[in-house]
Amino acid sequence: MSDYKNAKVILEAKKLEAWFGDFHAVKGITVEYREKTINAIIGPSGCGKSTYLRCLNRIHEEIEGTRTAGEVLLEGKNIYDKRVDVVDVRKRIGMVFQKPNPFPSMSILDNVVIGLRLQGISKRSTLLETAESCLRKAALWEEVKDKLNSMGTSLSGGQQQRLCIARALAVNPPVLLMDEPTSALDPIATAKIEELMNEIKKEYTVIIVTHNMQQAARISDFTSFFVYGNMIEHGLSSDIFTNPKEKQTEDYISGRFG
Amino acid sequence: MFKLKSKTQDALLFYILRVISLVVIGLLLGIIYVLIDAAWPAIKSNGLSFLLRKDWNPVEDQYGALPFIFGTVITSLIALVIATPVSILIALFITEYLPKSFSRIVSLLVEMVAAIPSIVFGLWGIFYLAPFVKSTIAPFLKLHLGFLPVFQGPSFGIGILTAALILSIMIVPTISSICRSIFELVPAHQKEASYALGSTKYEMIKLAVIAPSIPGISSAVVLGLGRALGETMAVTMLIGNSPVISSSFFSPAATMASVMANEYADANTPLHVSSLCYLALLLFLITFLSNLFAKTIVKSFSKG
Amino acid sequence: MNYRSYRKFKNYLFLILTLASALAVLIPLFTIIQFVLVQGASSLSLNFFTELPKPVGEAGGGMKHAILGTIYIVLLGAAMAIPVGVTCGIYLSEFSKSKLSKTLKLTVDLMSGIPSIVIGIFAYLIVVVPLKSFSAFAGGIALSIIMLPIIVKTSEEILKLVPNHIREAGLALGLPRWKVILFIILKGSVSNLLTGIILAISRAAGETAPLLFTAFGNMYINYHINEPMASLPVQIYTYAISPFKDWQRQAWGGAFVLMVLILTMNLFARFILTKIKDKKGI
Repeated sequence: MSDYKNAKVILEAKKLEAWFGDFHAVKGITVEYREKTINAIIGPSGCGKSTYLRCLNRIHEEIEGTRTAGEVLLEGKNIYDKRVDVVDVRKRIGMVFQKPNPFPSMSILDNVVIGLRLQGISKRSTLLETAESCLRKAALWEEVKDKLNSMGTSLSGGQQQRLCIARALAVNPPVLLMDEPTSALDPIATAKIEELMNEIKKEYTVIIVTHNMQQAARISDFTSFFVYGNMIEHGLSSDIFTNPKEKQTEDYISGRFG
Repeated sequence: MFKLKSKTQDALLFYILRVISLVVIGLLLGIIYVLIDAAWPAIKSNGLSFLLRKDWNPVEDQYGALPFIFGTVITSLIALVIATPVSILIALFITEYLPKSFSRIVSLLVEMVAAIPSIVFGLWGIFYLAPFVKSTIAPFLKLHLGFLPVFQGPSFGIGILTAALILSIMIVPTISSICRSIFELVPAHQKEASYALGSTKYEMIKLAVIAPSIPGISSAVVLGLGRALGETMAVTMLIGNSPVISSSFFSPAATMASVMANEYADANTPLHVSSLCYLALLLFLITFLSNLFAKTIVKSFSKG
Repeated sequence: MNYRSYRKFKNYLFLILTLASALAVLIPLFTIIQFVLVQGASSLSLNFFTELPKPVGEAGGGMKHAILGTIYIVLLGAAMAIPVGVTCGIYLSEFSKSKLSKTLKLTVDLMSGIPSIVIGIFAYLIVVVPLKSFSAFAGGIALSIIMLPIIVKTSEEILKLVPNHIREAGLALGLPRWKVILFIILKGSVSNLLTGIILAISRAAGETAPLLFTAFGNMYINYHINEPMASLPVQIYTYAISPFKDWQRQAWGGAFVLMVLILTMNLFARFILTKIKDKKGI
């Protein structure tokens, strides 16, 4: 596992802050994420994990009355730079949400390829190829290959979430953000998603917010622990879960706090 | 290739939407402007005395709006007096007494009344309601309440009462559907609290459902009034269309809307046309203000 | 004990009153429907749909011209109201916080309260007067102003039912907001928007007052947008107030057709709309 420490840094937050109106939700986070790793963010609910994650692809600013400060560097370039088009940021940093949210009245196939199609790619063979490869990566291909034209919303919750993962992958972002992607799912569906994340890791960098510590311990290479908008500790998951440096982290993972 | 930044593209859509919205807002202002413009000759020649003069005589080119204002107000008020309690009770019946599956059906039926075209109400009114008023309702009222001047005089079937009755049926869906949505907002714990004090269902409804909903109910009633004031076809077919002010509910009358429907296409002197437009402007303003008033009640209600 | 039974009595009395109120509306509803069905069905025949009116005194004849005219004028109005109405619906649902959006909402509310006869006069003044002729176009304008607020309101409601996280999912794919709105939110709601449009059409199809001095009416088939055109409601009105028994019968036939048309559309749209809302409510 230690070779991750030498992997290239792909995404980096520098003194990142975020507000909802007057509420200071994220307080000066500085952290580096390395290529092709899974990074978990844990912490008690309401601690700003999700808000922090939503700052990494600038989706936080889509809510009215919000504000951010600081920098997020994607391969060394600040995504908050005024000259950067936010659309290009999000093409390179994908996101999967808490609730499975396939687009309504859209087939499974359309759901996967809509991102590409709306970027102007209309060649059917390209779209079909991408759909198949992304659905395979999302471990959904075998289940849906015969009904690509049925509605995305007709799938089960777990399948819908995997469809959303395929949809995000179709745009081919090097970084994938996941905001508690399994919190709305049953254990079997959750296990499936954890499994596919190990596959995804071979090509993508994943940052996942989870309320489930076991999940973080099982799947992640690095873990950050957040409390009230502050990052208390960040390090190799093996260290965080066996030998935390901070007292607060120890209390949290041993169940004494949170 | 020339490529706009996404924010610029978004701004473009935003501006297109804004422009179309402005067009719609402009349309409303345009309606006001066009009506004032068309009514201007009549406003200039008659001014506000138009509202108080009783004579409406196109042959002599004399125009006073009072009979129509009277007819509009009296029919709408009678309709409100009948429709308000009925609508509130129906809304309570649907929300408080009926099981969910039934309440759906009943509320759908009540809303179906709103879907019936007013021409059909008028047709039914001419061939069913007016004869029924003449043969049954009017004699009954004369017999029991004949000491009141409003229930004196002969009934020909068509007249103020018949028009008001049809109006009251037509505005019930408006009032009751708003009342229903207000009553549905009453939180269950408030009802339970009232029951916990030992209330009967009636007492619970009075305390927990109606009392806090009064502002909402009043706004529903004002909206119903707006609907009644402007209703045209059914009233035109049932009111008898004579510009008189009579103390009897059985007598024919005319409303602002009905005189427009009857005379506008045949009006031939400029002052006649303009006077009808003056009426249209007045009717517009009255309904406009009553709707605005209803909105403000709702707003202050939801704020408080 | 006495007071208790008084309270109980009041309780029952109230229940009876609510029941009576329901009946007070449902009975007229049923008699209207029954009247229209019985009187209308007996005056209907195939000729009603395929023939033109015959001169007074001659039996038979139909309302083909009025049925076609109603379809023509309503579709004309819809063609003008739908693009504007849906666009305003998008603005209200997607940019609800802006000041203009609030003004627009108030405008639309007030517009839906304008008496239809006043709208008819407005259309007369802006179309019939300058063109110097009653016309289907003027009727279409009047009906479009009646449909507009309904379409705006239902579109707004329907688009607002699309949860916000769907919009975020679109943005997160790196799409500009306008593409998310047009190609994901709007496109995904097309069938639902159609129900709102059907509701508006069902309302407009029954309107008489705005057509009295716009489309006016005639007794033959006309497809010219700049000429007077018959419509079912106006034809029913003309026949209903006529002294001729045969024409009155025709009026009932017309009412039957109009009611079936409108109630079917209306009930269908309402049924779908409640279903949509129920689904999203969970």
